[in-house]
Amino acid sequence: MTAEVARAGSIARTPPTTRAVVTGIGILAPTGLGAEEHWAATLRGECAIRPLTRFDPSRYWARLAGEVRVFDPSAYLSGKLVTQTDRMTQMTLAATDWAFADSGAPPDNGDGYSRTVVTGATAGGYEFGQRELEKLWHQGPDFVSTYQSFAWFYAVNTGQISIRHGIRGSGAVVVSEQAGGLDAIGQARRQLRSGARLTVSGAIDSSLCPWAWVAHQACGTLSTRTDPATAYLPFDREVNGHVVGEGGAMLILEDDDSVRTRRTEAYGEIAGYAATFDSRDPAREPGLRRAAELAIDDAGLGPADIDVVFADAAGTATADSAEAAALATIFGRHGIPVTAPKTMTGRLYAGGGSLDVATALLAIRDQVIPPTVNVRDLPQEYGLDLVRDEPRAARLRAALVLARGRGGFNSAIVVTEFA
Amino acid sequence: MPVGKLGRYRSTDWSLMSTWTASRRAVITGIGSVAPGGIGTKAFWDLLANGRTATRNITQFDARQYRSRIAAECDFDPVAEGLSPREIRRLDRAAQFALVAGKEAIEDAGIEVDALDSHRTAVALGSAVGCTTSLEREYVIGSDLGREWHVDPRYTIPHLYEHFAPSSMAAELASLIGAEGPVNVVSTGCTSGLDSVGHAAELIAEGSADLVLTGATEAPLSPITTVCFDVIRASSRRNDDPEHSCRPFDKTRDGLVLGEGSAILVLEDEARARARGAHVYGEIAGYASRCNAYHMTGLHPDGREMAEAIGSALNQARMNATEVDYINAHGSGTKQNDRHETAAFKRSLGEHAYRIPVSGFKSMVGHSLGAIGSLEIVGCLLALEQGVIPPTANLHEPDPECDLDYVPLVAREQRVASALTVGSGFGGFQTAMLLRRTVRP
Repeated sequence: MTAEVARAGSIARTPPTTRAVVTGIGILAPTGLGAEEHWAATLRGECAIRPLTRFDPSRYWARLAGEVRVFDPSAYLSGKLVTQTDRMTQMTLAATDWAFADSGAPPDNGDGYSRTVVTGATAGGYEFGQRELEKLWHQGPDFVSTYQSFAWFYAVNTGQISIRHGIRGSGAVVVSEQAGGLDAIGQARRQLRSGARLTVSGAIDSSLCPWAWVAHQACGTLSTRTDPATAYLPFDREVNGHVVGEGGAMLILEDDDSVRTRRTEAYGEIAGYAATFDSRDPAREPGLRRAAELAIDDAGLGPADIDVVFADAAGTATADSAEAAALATIFGRHGIPVTAPKTMTGRLYAGGGSLDVATALLAIRDQVIPPTVNVRDLPQEYGLDLVRDEPRAARLRAALVLARGRGGFNSAIVVTEFA
Repeated sequence: MPVGKLGRYRSTDWSLMSTWTASRRAVITGIGSVAPGGIGTKAFWDLLANGRTATRNITQFDARQYRSRIAAECDFDPVAEGLSPREIRRLDRAAQFALVAGKEAIEDAGIEVDALDSHRTAVALGSAVGCTTSLEREYVIGSDLGREWHVDPRYTIPHLYEHFAPSSMAAELASLIGAEGPVNVVSTGCTSGLDSVGHAAELIAEGSADLVLTGATEAPLSPITTVCFDVIRASSRRNDDPEHSCRPFDKTRDGLVLGEGSAILVLEDEARARARGAHVYGEIAGYASRCNAYHMTGLHPDGREMAEAIGSALNQARMNATEVDYINAHGSGTKQNDRHETAAFKRSLGEHAYRIPVSGFKSMVGHSLGAIGSLEIVGCLLALEQGVIPPTANLHEPDPECDLDYVPLVAREQRVASALTVGSGFGGFQTAMLLRRTVRP
């Protein structure tokens, strides 16, 4: 009790001068296991969208997915933990381990109260959940796993990370559909500003089981195409919806004092964040532009300071044109390079926003914009400078990452170099 | 012991040095409730103040094959509550609760939705299990009672995705109040209902919003949720005496009793509330959450992390243990929980813990998972307002290990200027919130 007690998870009462610095990245995505594998594949422009193999999709009209094909949870987790967890938790724990290792953060020598964790989730551990539902309804209540109570609910990843890494500060979980991956990182910054010294944040979603697939199909925005090269074509005139993927990224964020004291290298800083919501009144402008402008302002920057945009790239004509219009208003027509590397992975739900933040940090590190793939017919009226097929070298100091969630969620993060 | 002679929780709280948020205090100006025993805040308070219990045998589904067949159910008629046919058809029961409670809260706050600055209006809704009840129902139909791994989309509802992603419930509340600011579901299991309101207070303190529609909702009474607690033997087996089944701090307690419900609050920047002459129930004076990093469902008996959360909330509120007039316990009625939090109260409040009345609402309204934290906040706000401390029902034989003043059976009239409410949940989450009747400058 004598150790320093951080005010993490408390209502912030300090001026927001604490900077949230990313020191570790753990990526688990269709493009690769680990940040470097993902980054190399992304720069090569390799599309990882393929026919779905986790279950037989022949009875469904949506048959493509961005799957993580080679992940073996038992290579990273104890048998006991594998039994107790859904695939999305197994991926989250592996990616968190990698992010910690990458950060070089020493083990907490205190009591764990100065470290916090916040994850985003779109859905819970539904594959685990479907197995237990099947036992309950087909075999009876006595056959249901004792782990069901905590394996499928939305808070599971935060709880498991806290246990695995001795984190005793605040634990948080945000659910805002596909904007959740950015909102989790925004909340992580709040925790650092409230006194936490290290925060684990990010999102990894996976719900590739029939129970979830029926819900995905019902959302009405999945691609009906079966050719991976033409299924998910955001901003293209031939746009046809999106493809569901799994995976995402986990980050280690530390306050700037800790980073300077440790003299460690950092990927960059979460400099700006904002979230807005769309009115259902069609006469009102959607909130994406405002989220982006608020985030840029929050970073203390102006539109001219942003070097690249990682677009939400929803993959419907209405949403794409709204995003293009928002970007044209902020940056001018063809005013900024825009990219959507998620064309290689499909949409990873909450995981997508976190992965885009991680990819943007790698882009800043290597001063190169990763490409958008498969898009051929870009309408001139969008006024987009879309980075297509080949990476583009550029001086990158600040990147804007956008994400939208079904129902009206908009979130924006500005990542910058940390100096 | 971390508590000094003056009752001050001993920790170096550098954040007190700052005055950044001194002008941004979060106050509650509107409340709405859907609770077992009656719809509306008045009915909810009537139940609490009279120490009545609303736990009964489950009627929402055939529970004969379950170990625990008891729950605190809401007698909720969506038609009578004014929901539209579309809302009734499309929304999960939990979302319907939230809409009804939300409307009551907005009306209670006396705000004109059309006159709000929508960009500065936010939503933070808590829920532990989201729309599970609807998801399970659709699973059962689509899988032909679990016979098929392939769930057949020809038999499931067209708006299934809204149930799949529980963020849809926050979207409904956002639409109700016309919010275009930050909108989120906070889902930290059984502490969701405290954490969502804590997050709302955070949005106001940091200046991201001036008004937040917050609170929590849960309608978890379904076979899959019931079996979750059955298989780990966490729920009560007192099926032949459902009215007296949840017995927090009693020697004979044998587990929690599930419940359902919703409480929605209008949280406002104090300056805004004062400027419009709103009735202020009280302020969120302190909020903190901790993880126990111990076990997904188990609790370490020393209550250390909950004590840390309480200590941090006290420091934030600049309050001593002696200034806490009432503790609203998590009081789930499981063996380990009631011991755990008794230890946490002693650890964080020292000798003063013995002098502060403690009571648990779950004895009356069951454990509505993510929603209960917000329902408990409502109960605390009314305790502040009415000067009445609701009792712990069903507490006849005190457990020697739980030796505090748990206000057994009968409510107590007493001036309450501040209340501490705590929550504890699967995942190791421990949350504490301090509510204060008058805003301290």
